[in-house]
Amino acid sequence: MIRLPLILVFAALLFSCGVYGVLARRNAVMVLMAIELMLNAVNLNLVAFSASLKDVSGQTFALFVIAVAAAEVGIGLALVILLFRNRASINVDEVDLLKW
Amino acid sequence: MVALVHILAQEAGGEAAGTAPNWFMTHAFLIPLFCVASGVLTLVFGKRTPGKGPVYGIAALVIAFVFAIGCLVGIASGSSVATGGIHWFTIGGFSVDAGYYVDGLAATMLVVVTGVSLMVHLYAIGYMHGDKRYTWFYFVLSLFTAAMLVVVLAPNLFELLVGWEVMGVCSYLLIGHWYEEHVNSSAAIKAFITTRIGDVPFMFGIFACIIIAGGTTSNIQAIGTAVGVSHDTVLVTAAALLLFGGTIGKSAQFPLHVWLPDAMAGPTPVSALIHAATMVAAGVYLVGRMFEVFVQADPVVLTIVGTIGAITMLGAAILAMVQNDIKRVLAYSTLSQLAYMVAGLSMGETGYSAAFFHLFTHAFFKGLLFLGAGSLIHAVHSNNMSDMGGLRRKMPITFITMLIGSLALAGFPLIGGFWSKDELLVTASTGHMWLFVMFLVTALATAFYTGRMLFLTFYGPYKGHAEPHESPSVMTGPLVILAIATVVAGFLGSPFTSYVFADWVHFGTPEVHHFHGAIAGIGSLAALGGLALGWLFYGPKRDREVDPLQRGLGNGVWNVLQHRYYIDSFYFNGIVRPIRDSVSAGVVWFNQNVLDGVVNGAAVVARGGSGVIMWIDRNVIDNAVNGAGTAMETFGKGLRLVQTGKVQWYAVGLFAGVIALSLFIFR
Repeated sequence: MIRLPLILVFAALLFSCGVYGVLARRNAVMVLMAIELMLNAVNLNLVAFSASLKDVSGQTFALFVIAVAAAEVGIGLALVILLFRNRASINVDEVDLLKW
Repeated sequence: MVALVHILAQEAGGEAAGTAPNWFMTHAFLIPLFCVASGVLTLVFGKRTPGKGPVYGIAALVIAFVFAIGCLVGIASGSSVATGGIHWFTIGGFSVDAGYYVDGLAATMLVVVTGVSLMVHLYAIGYMHGDKRYTWFYFVLSLFTAAMLVVVLAPNLFELLVGWEVMGVCSYLLIGHWYEEHVNSSAAIKAFITTRIGDVPFMFGIFACIIIAGGTTSNIQAIGTAVGVSHDTVLVTAAALLLFGGTIGKSAQFPLHVWLPDAMAGPTPVSALIHAATMVAAGVYLVGRMFEVFVQADPVVLTIVGTIGAITMLGAAILAMVQNDIKRVLAYSTLSQLAYMVAGLSMGETGYSAAFFHLFTHAFFKGLLFLGAGSLIHAVHSNNMSDMGGLRRKMPITFITMLIGSLALAGFPLIGGFWSKDELLVTASTGHMWLFVMFLVTALATAFYTGRMLFLTFYGPYKGHAEPHESPSVMTGPLVILAIATVVAGFLGSPFTSYVFADWVHFGTPEVHHFHGAIAGIGSLAALGGLALGWLFYGPKRDREVDPLQRGLGNGVWNVLQHRYYIDSFYFNGIVRPIRDSVSAGVVWFNQNVLDGVVNGAAVVARGGSGVIMWIDRNVIDNAVNGAGTAMETFGKGLRLVQTGKVQWYAVGLFAGVIALSLFIFR
């Protein structure tokens, strides 16, 4: 049985990687993937606490999150495809029409 | 609640107690109320009533006249005095009732006032026909009559004062009825102010009487009793003189006589009412009402009263001889005849009945003469006798009635004024020789100007421009009635009726009269002589290019008389103008320097203040408002730069916020 703090630290590192990806990457697909990292870091936390506390509700939440993440990726990739068709680019820095 | 408070017949000094007063006498307080009610009805409904209003006043006066006759019948059948009233108000220990007091004097006055006023009301239907303030005229006429009736019936001096002053206001309104012309409005003001000068001593006279009566009542009977036992002769004398001041003003005696001739500016029915029944009679009536005070005062008071009466009597009669305006002739005649009454009263108890008998007869024949003069004026559209002449054939009814009135005024044997003048002469012949002479001389002058008036208007050639015609029957009717009343009234004080008037109106014990053939002869001689002189000067054969009297007297005397002895000029130039000019100069100075200064100063302060306020508005408030706007704009301009459109920057903010919150919460 791996000890809970180790898992939490690992999840935190994974979440931080996700945050970095969301904030720093220009490629929209990479941003979506970074979001997946953050979601999975949270899932990891949920499962870890569930195992540690002997409570299945955490694992149930993790399943929900996975389902929502799948839907989110589906929509996100569709947006990226449309963006690419219109702009021939998926650089998020160039998508700044909604400003002053 | 009207209760009989006390019946004072026994207290009147040895007078035998009569029978109880009849119903009319105990309800005499209704008489003025009828006229007040008719006045209110005229004012409220007058214009919507067929005939535009006189119906109320006439109906009220018919009822009032019936009441008055009822009262006189009561007195004539030996009734005691009727009095009563309700509590009106109390100031400290001083209480005043509102009530009525009917004795012989009041009863005869009631008949005179209601009778003459009724005739005037009827007459004015014709005379005032088409006047633009017709309804208003009738309203004031009703009020005027009501006020005089209040004076007549007043049981105390305060109620008398109320009627007295209301009458002053009404006379002002009526004299100035045609106020569009300046002459009329200034005559109204003159009448009002001149009588008011007399009212001031009158007020103080009332106060003096109240003090004499112990400060608790103004009841005339109580004052009379108090005066009888008062030892303060000075106070009583002062009270009598002050009260007589009111008479001088109201009855237009010298030196306050100036308003009455000018009061001719009013419509002629008003003149008739003022001269015959109301207003001027009130002054004489006041002396009669307060006679106890005059009798108990120092004898010098009655001497003063007699002197003023004598001066006015002859002075006014002489002025009446030179007037061209027929109404002015009659006005001066009224002055003179009122002075007869005043002088008659000055002879003390013995002259009392004679003086009021003269007032009684005078009311009818003077009312008749004024209404007749109005009929003439109505016909020739001019007041001037130089525009009349030869009217006896064109206006026969007016001529006959005015002839009766004139003969009564002149003292022609057996008609009207002859009897009252005879009584005055008889009274004066015992101990008042100088008044006897004055009466005779004035009677001569009276007959002269009466003759002059008759001959100038009804005889000789017609000199006017209008087409004269007899007046309508609504005007000649009252003339005929008054002519009959004149003749009948005269006989009430004659040996044929055993001097019944003296039984009704007397002071103390009834006077015993004897017919003096010699005195009646002298009086008749004066009357006939005056008329004959009038014929001599103004008979139809005379050339009237220049007034014959002017040729007889010479221009100097004539001018003095035309200027009314310069008394009016003296009042105007010597009293009115200096006061008025200095007052108006002071007012102008005050206006220009003080009031204008205040106004201008206020304006300057306002301008300065508004400048400051404007500066504050522009610089402080506007800057604050604009500054707020500018600050918001600048801030917004800076803040919008945050919105870059780059989603990742927003996410940076989001995570930074989460970190900051975490630090804050888990610190």
